[in-house]
Amino acid sequence: MNDKTTAREVWITGIGLASSLGEGLDEHWDALQARRINVDETTFAPYPVHPIVKLNYDAQIPKKGDQRQMESWQRIGTYAAGLALEGAGLKGNTDILSRMDMIVAAGGGERDLAVDATVLNDQAQGNAAPGALNERLMGGLRPTLFLAQLSNLLAGNISIVHGVTGSSRTFMGEEAAGTDAFRIALARIVSGQSDIALVGAAHNGERKDLLMLYEFGDFALKGKATPVWARNGEATGFALGSGGVFLVIESKEHAQARGAKPFARLSQVVADHARRTVPGNVTAVLDSLWAKLGVPTDTPIITGATGAAYATDEERAFLKKHANAPVRGHATSFGHLMEAQLPLGLALAALSIAKGKLFAANDSTGVEIENAASPSQIVVIGTGHWRGEGMALVERVPA
Amino acid sequence: MTAAKDQFGRPTVVVTGMGVVTSLGAGKTDNWQKLTAGQSGIRTITRFPTDGLRTTMAGTVDFIPIEPFVSTTLSDKLADLAAEEAVTQAAIGSKGDFPGPLFLAVAPVEVEWIARFETARATGSASGIDYDSMLKASGGGRFADFHKRFLFGSVADHLVERFGTKGSPISLSTACASGATAIQLGVEAIRRGEADAALCVATDGSVNPEALIRFSLLSALSTHNEPPEGAARPFAKNRDGFVMAEGAGALVLESYEAATARGAKILGVLAGCGELADSFHRTRSSPDGKPIIGCIRNALDDAGITPDDIDYINPHGTGTPENDKMESKGVMAVFGERARQIPMSSNKSMIGHTLSAAGAVEAVFTLLTIEHGRLPPTINYAMPDPEIPLDVVPNTARDAQVRYAISSSFGFGGQNVSLVMAREPA
Repeated sequence: MNDKTTAREVWITGIGLASSLGEGLDEHWDALQARRINVDETTFAPYPVHPIVKLNYDAQIPKKGDQRQMESWQRIGTYAAGLALEGAGLKGNTDILSRMDMIVAAGGGERDLAVDATVLNDQAQGNAAPGALNERLMGGLRPTLFLAQLSNLLAGNISIVHGVTGSSRTFMGEEAAGTDAFRIALARIVSGQSDIALVGAAHNGERKDLLMLYEFGDFALKGKATPVWARNGEATGFALGSGGVFLVIESKEHAQARGAKPFARLSQVVADHARRTVPGNVTAVLDSLWAKLGVPTDTPIITGATGAAYATDEERAFLKKHANAPVRGHATSFGHLMEAQLPLGLALAALSIAKGKLFAANDSTGVEIENAASPSQIVVIGTGHWRGEGMALVERVPA
Repeated sequence: MTAAKDQFGRPTVVVTGMGVVTSLGAGKTDNWQKLTAGQSGIRTITRFPTDGLRTTMAGTVDFIPIEPFVSTTLSDKLADLAAEEAVTQAAIGSKGDFPGPLFLAVAPVEVEWIARFETARATGSASGIDYDSMLKASGGGRFADFHKRFLFGSVADHLVERFGTKGSPISLSTACASGATAIQLGVEAIRRGEADAALCVATDGSVNPEALIRFSLLSALSTHNEPPEGAARPFAKNRDGFVMAEGAGALVLESYEAATARGAKILGVLAGCGELADSFHRTRSSPDGKPIIGCIRNALDDAGITPDDIDYINPHGTGTPENDKMESKGVMAVFGERARQIPMSSNKSMIGHTLSAAGAVEAVFTLLTIEHGRLPPTINYAMPDPEIPLDVVPNTARDAQVRYAISSSFGFGGQNVSLVMAREPA
C-alpha cells in the first residue's frame, strides 16, 4: 500500500434530517424516544408507506421557481442538504461551499402517472396507431419533468440552491449507493484528496411507480406496518419511507481551523457485494465486514435491516453472533429509505453519540434491548434488499 | 522521481486496456478506421416508429439485436462488449477474476415501457387501467425479472458477475460527464493505493421514444433529419443541436508499478482529472464561463502541466449552439492566443453524443489519437462560425504528434469534468 502518513481523522460536523418523523435533530430524537411511528396504511393500501411530514420548503429553497423545477425527492433532499449545511455553520459561506465536494446517492425517475395511464389505456383499447406513444408523450410530458427524473439533478439542485460547487458526483444502485457515497467521500478526505464533503441521499416513498418495481420482486410489505424484526413467514418485505439525510464530513484539521464542533468521528466505511446464491452468503459477508472494523463483538449496532425475507433473515443470523450488542433497527420507525438507508443510520449514530445514549428500543421480539450506557462506538449496517452490504464505524471524539 | 510516481508523489496511473463500441462498429480497429475516414454513424431510426417526432435520426447501435428492445439490456450488452475488449487487451487477472473495483457510468435506469405494457395486459382490463390496477397484477413472481432488470444497480451487478471485479461496484451518473467521472474515480482509487487496477466502464443504450422525446422537449436535439449523417455539426455556424447516440467505452487502469511489474503494455497515461460544478442553471452553463475554465485548469493543475503543454483538445463539442459557444470561450480563456493553434476536433460529429458513455468513449479515442499520431476530423464543417476561430480539424483527418491531450465532458446539472492524457509518464 502507498503513503499512509497522510491518513487523516474525519469528523461529522453537520446533520440534516427530514423524514416521516419530522425535521431537524430535536424532533427526530424526541420522536424516537417516544417510539412514535408515522405510517399511512390507507393511501397506498395494501402497502403501508411512511409519508414525509409537511415541510416549509421556503426555509431552505427560497425561490419558488427552484421548487417548481423539482419533484418531491429532490425537494426533500435539497431541504435536508440545507439543514446539514446550516447545522455545520456553512450556510452562505461561499469560500468553503465553492470548494466543497459532494456525493449524492440517488434514484430518480418520478413519472407522470396520468400520462402513463393514458398511454396504457390507448393500447388496451387497441387505439394505438404506430407512433401513438410518441404523440401522447410529446403532448403530455412537461419538459421540465425530465430534470426531475435525472438522478444527478438532486446534486444539481443542491449546487444551484446552496452553492456547493467543488465537485458533484451522483452514485446510483439502491442501498449500496448510499454506502459507497460515504465510503468514497471518507477515503478521499482521509487520503488528502478532499477536505470537506456534503454527502447524503433522499427518497420519496410515496410513489406508486416505485412500489410497482419492488412489488415485481415481492419486496413490498402488505397490510400492517409491523416492526421490522417481527416480519416473518408470509408478512415480509419493506414499507417504503420518505426522507432526506445529508451529512457534512470534514477533516479534523479543517473543522478545527474553522471552529466547528464534531457530533462524532466517521472512522470507517466498508462494503461488499455478496452474490446471494445460497443461504449464508450475506451473513458471511457481514461477518467479514465486521472483522474489518476491528471492534468488540458487543459494540452497539444501528441497522437499516429492511424486512426483506432473505436479506433480513441473513442479518438476523449475523446479529445472533452479537447477542450482547444493543441493536436498533430504524426501518420500524422510518420505513425503508433505499439509497438513504445507511446515511440515515450514520445520522442516528452520530446523534446518539452526541446525546450520550442510544435512542429507545422499539421492538417486541427481543432483538432490540434497552441500554442506558453511553456509546463510544456504534456500528452502522446497511444491507440491501437485493444487493449490497455496507458497514460503518462512528466513534466519539474524545473531549 | 521515477515513472512510478508523478510529480506530486502519487502513483502514476496508466491505461493497459481499452474497448469501445459506437454506431460505427464494435472494437477499436473498426472505430478508428471509420473515425479517421470521417465516416458518420448517424442514421434514420428504424427501431421504433418516429411518427410525430421532430427528430428522427440517432447514432443507434443496431448490430446488437435486442428483442423486444429494452434500453437497459442494450446498455448491458454494450458495456459487456467494451469491457471484454479492454480486459482482453490488458490480459490482466484471469477470466472472470479482475483484480480491482468496477466504476460504471450508466444512464439512470428506469422501469421501461415494456414492463408497464405487460403489467397493464396482466390486469385483464381494457379500460380504467391505472397504477392501482397494475400494482394488483405486479406481484407473485411472474414479473420478478423486471425487478432485477430495472434496479439502478442492475448493469453493474451483471458486470461484476461476468468480470469478477472486487468489492462493491459503483454505478454513477454525472449526466453527460458520467464516463469521465468513472475514469476519475478509478484514477483516485489507484492514487490512494486502494487498488492496483480498476475497470472503468461507461455505457448508454438510451435511444428509445421517451428518452428521445425528453431531450426533444428541451429543444436540445438537432432536427436536421436529412441526410442524417449531416446532422451533427459541432462548431459550425449552422449547428442546431446534438444527436442522441449509443455506445460504450471501457478502460483498464493500473498503477505504473503494477503494470510494469507484470510486463503489461502501457497504452497511455491518465495524467490528471479536473472537475468543477456549475451552480448557474440546470441545463445551461454559467455565462461567465468560469466553471468550464476552472474545470480545465483543475485538470491541467492535477496533471502538473501548463496550457502550453497541450497539443490536442478532444472537446465536449456536442453541436448545440450553446455548448460549443461556451466551450470555445472557455478554451480561448484558458489557452489564450495559442488556442487558435491547438487542434480541437469533435468525435461527436461522427458518432453523435453517447451521453453517459461519452466521457469514456472519447477518452479511448483521445488515447488512440495520441497512439496513432493522427487527429480525427470534425465532419460536417462547411460553415465556420466567426465566434469560434479555432482549428477544429475540419472534415479531414491529419497527422500530428500529440504528447498531452485534454478531453472534456459537460452535463446537465452543472457537471464538468476534464481528463488529461499523455503518451508516457512524465
